[in-house]
Amino acid sequence: MPDSRLFYRPLRQAQRVLMPIAFLAATLLTAGCSNLGVKPWERDLLANPDMQLTVSGVDAGLDDHIYFSKEASSGGRGFGGGGCGCN
Amino acid sequence: MQLIDHSNNSKSKTVGRALAAATCALLGVHATGSLAKGQPGEWDVETALLVYSETDDRVQAAEPVISATRNFDGERKLNLKLVADTLTGASPSGATPSALPQTYTSPSGNGSYEIAPGEAPLDDTFKDTRVAVSANWEAPINRDYAYSVGAYGSKEYDYLSTAVNASLSRYLNNKNTTLTGGLSLGVDLVDPVGGAPVGLSRMPLNNNKSQADFDQEFAATRDSDDTKTMVDALFGVTQVINRQTLMQFNYGISYSSGYLTDPYKILSVIDDASGSNYGGNLVGGDGNPVYLYEQRPDTRLKHSLYWQTKYMLGNGDVMDGSYRFMIDDWGITSHTLDLKYRWQLGKSYLEPHFRYYLQSEADFYKRYLTASEYNSGAPVMTDASADYRLGEMTGLTFGAKWGYRFDDDRELAIRAEYLIQTNDGDQGFGSLASQDLYPDTNAMWLQLSYSF
Repeated sequence: MPDSRLFYRPLRQAQRVLMPIAFLAATLLTAGCSNLGVKPWERDLLANPDMQLTVSGVDAGLDDHIYFSKEASSGGRGFGGGGCGCN
Repeated sequence: MQLIDHSNNSKSKTVGRALAAATCALLGVHATGSLAKGQPGEWDVETALLVYSETDDRVQAAEPVISATRNFDGERKLNLKLVADTLTGASPSGATPSALPQTYTSPSGNGSYEIAPGEAPLDDTFKDTRVAVSANWEAPINRDYAYSVGAYGSKEYDYLSTAVNASLSRYLNNKNTTLTGGLSLGVDLVDPVGGAPVGLSRMPLNNNKSQADFDQEFAATRDSDDTKTMVDALFGVTQVINRQTLMQFNYGISYSSGYLTDPYKILSVIDDASGSNYGGNLVGGDGNPVYLYEQRPDTRLKHSLYWQTKYMLGNGDVMDGSYRFMIDDWGITSHTLDLKYRWQLGKSYLEPHFRYYLQSEADFYKRYLTASEYNSGAPVMTDASADYRLGEMTGLTFGAKWGYRFDDDRELAIRAEYLIQTNDGDQGFGSLASQDLYPDTNAMWLQLSYSF
């Protein structure tokens, strides 16, 4: 049975950090996003493969695996890794 | 791969490009040479070979990858990926260096290895081959929604990992905003060499005792294999800011439970007065120093925030910046900053890369335990690990990628990355203070890729 104090403390810390950011994101979404963006015929640059968020899935996969096995963090861009006994 | 009549196809591509150029000229924008990737009815294949090497005879790895994406009708895609890797070399065991030679039992219990005075204790029995396969399918549901489903499996000698995932995306504002929610479920089976050691039990050493006594002692420190389950959820917003800027914001939550300990990591027990290894002069003891197998909590809850921006300059160069914040209930927080700049040089490109990583230590991270914490075999804590990857850490990566595009389909690229990890923390006392408790880890990897 984990110590409940130890369990909830980081949650509270996370909440303190996450709440303002979530609020900001929600505000940006509801208010800002409708004014942002481009018309369908202005997508020429965004359609360039170099403008994809992940240009090479292979590079990203290899790097994620290396950092997953060398650091205590993983994920963010996608699901949090796993799949090896290296950490 | 294209198997249809080449001449007709290239003719239609030329006409298409001329039309696109004319349209763009009318709209006052310049055409960019977009690649023919993602054409319906074709396989796009990406192959790579990665060679990874750590300094000081540590881990060496070779990793071939093949990833193939079949495009059905532009929006429906199937991706299949196969990765293999072979690892050899040594890995830090967690024990502290000492002014005296040290002997450790290898994980299988069938042998031992010795570390010279002042040397970092590395377990050189590390050797593994891993094969990983994954499949991912994505398709639109209607004008406003799309989904993806995927499965993953990997196998290495002592570890089996499986996962499934699914996500749903909603397009808003003329597809300028995409909301995505995803879920991943994973089950891993851990079957360590020699069996999983009982956490915080003493590593049996076969000096000064009969083989039968050693075997009995070894068996008493073993558990059977174990499992680990993981649930990950991810919520993301991708927003087109303007013609040149794209932004993504993700929040991820990940919960793991089960066997989260590293079965091959140990901790040294240090004498409170002298700072040297504890145990050699115990009355009624076996004359061996005391090393304990590590033990981590059996659950972990992680939160991560991720923000990425891509920006295309007027000359076609692309800037890519991302930041990730992670916090978990092990007391670890981390910051990761990643920057890339893709310089367009005609048919080729050069992309320098910089990554900065900063991590705080886990609550149960201990570089060593003192004899009073060991408390004659009834440790005062329930969890302890000396794994440097759970300690205070800074990582810097410098890299570059150079790629050459032969035509719309084929690209050859070479990438080199250099990682320097530095650790910091408790510097020890007495004779331990003169040992290097936090050696740097330097790793370099080279990757050759070809896509067609």
